[in-house]
Amino acid sequence: MTNCPECGGALELSAEVMAHEIIDCTACGAELEVTSIKPLTLALAPDEEEDWGE
Amino acid sequence: MKKVRIGLLYSRVRAEEKMLIQAIKQHGGVTLELLCTNDLVLDFGDLPDVDVVLDREISQSRALHVLNMLERSGVKAVNSYDTARIGGDKVLTSQQLAKAGVPTPRIKVAFSRKSALSAVEELGYPAILKPVDGSWGRLMAKIENRTAAEAILEHKSHLGSHYHSVFYIQEFVDKPDRDIRAFVIGGTTVAAAYRSADHWLTNAALGAKTYPCPITPELDALCTKACRAVGGDAIAVDLMETGNGLTVHEVNCAMEFKASMKAVQTDLPALLIEHCVRVGKEKESGGIHE
Repeated sequence: MTNCPECGGALELSAEVMAHEIIDCTACGAELEVTSIKPLTLALAPDEEEDWGE
Repeated sequence: MKKVRIGLLYSRVRAEEKMLIQAIKQHGGVTLELLCTNDLVLDFGDLPDVDVVLDREISQSRALHVLNMLERSGVKAVNSYDTARIGGDKVLTSQQLAKAGVPTPRIKVAFSRKSALSAVEELGYPAILKPVDGSWGRLMAKIENRTAAEAILEHKSHLGSHYHSVFYIQEFVDKPDRDIRAFVIGGTTVAAAYRSADHWLTNAALGAKTYPCPITPELDALCTKACRAVGGDAIAVDLMETGNGLTVHEVNCAMEFKASMKAVQTDLPALLIEHCVRVGKEKESGGIHE
């Protein structure tokens, strides 16, 4: 369990969460990135870069 | 039997990467090495020891460097550096599709505002301006008239990156309110979905809705031909329906499939991993894979 860095809402993450995983806050919809597993840390996901895509 | 060692190249773990990791774990004949470019430091003399690298990197520039270095050390890449380079450059993509006889919208390439304006007027209005290396519908413009063309081309010229000094202009294709995304893996069209939107852009990234699209013989033949044209192993082919049949407007190498999987019943992650295993086994046996 952790909190959204944007809205403070509680977030329950899977036990299999990975570093750099992208998660949407269920409360405010912010796109978040797991920046660290130990300790579990979330940050706003970085903005789209110019060369991102598929 | 020796397990195939798959390196998963990525920097962001999205739903697709989670599904692929799950498919790898379920396969049984595969070991996984996570190659996160946020942490990766590559040394020509000390590169990751994997059989196959599956490119799931969201950054085109990162992907190209890693694929190039790994391929030169003997690692097989899905997709290859050459394919990633072609797929990430709309001029190269259009060139390869046209060369292979794949129906694709007419394009013009220009390098100044003045010549780009001439190119737009030659194609006629509306015309579509796209960045050479864009994705997700980013920075695309539907140019309706000369006034809009002058403004858009001026704005583009101030965007700063050298890529924006290359004007890729495509004819507008009058299509229904949808396009098609088809998935080709290992030479077979395995799934296809319509993407529908009220907007002329039908990217799932922009909220387009997906629903099943039947894989007709025409669709299969065109998609596999497009995949071969760019040398692809696993490609998402984007097509439009026109009065003259289907036309391919884009290929995508690090395919996204989360939205399409809401519509199709195909286990795309499993098929992709199975293909990587085939590639790895062929490498082991010294075979040639296409």
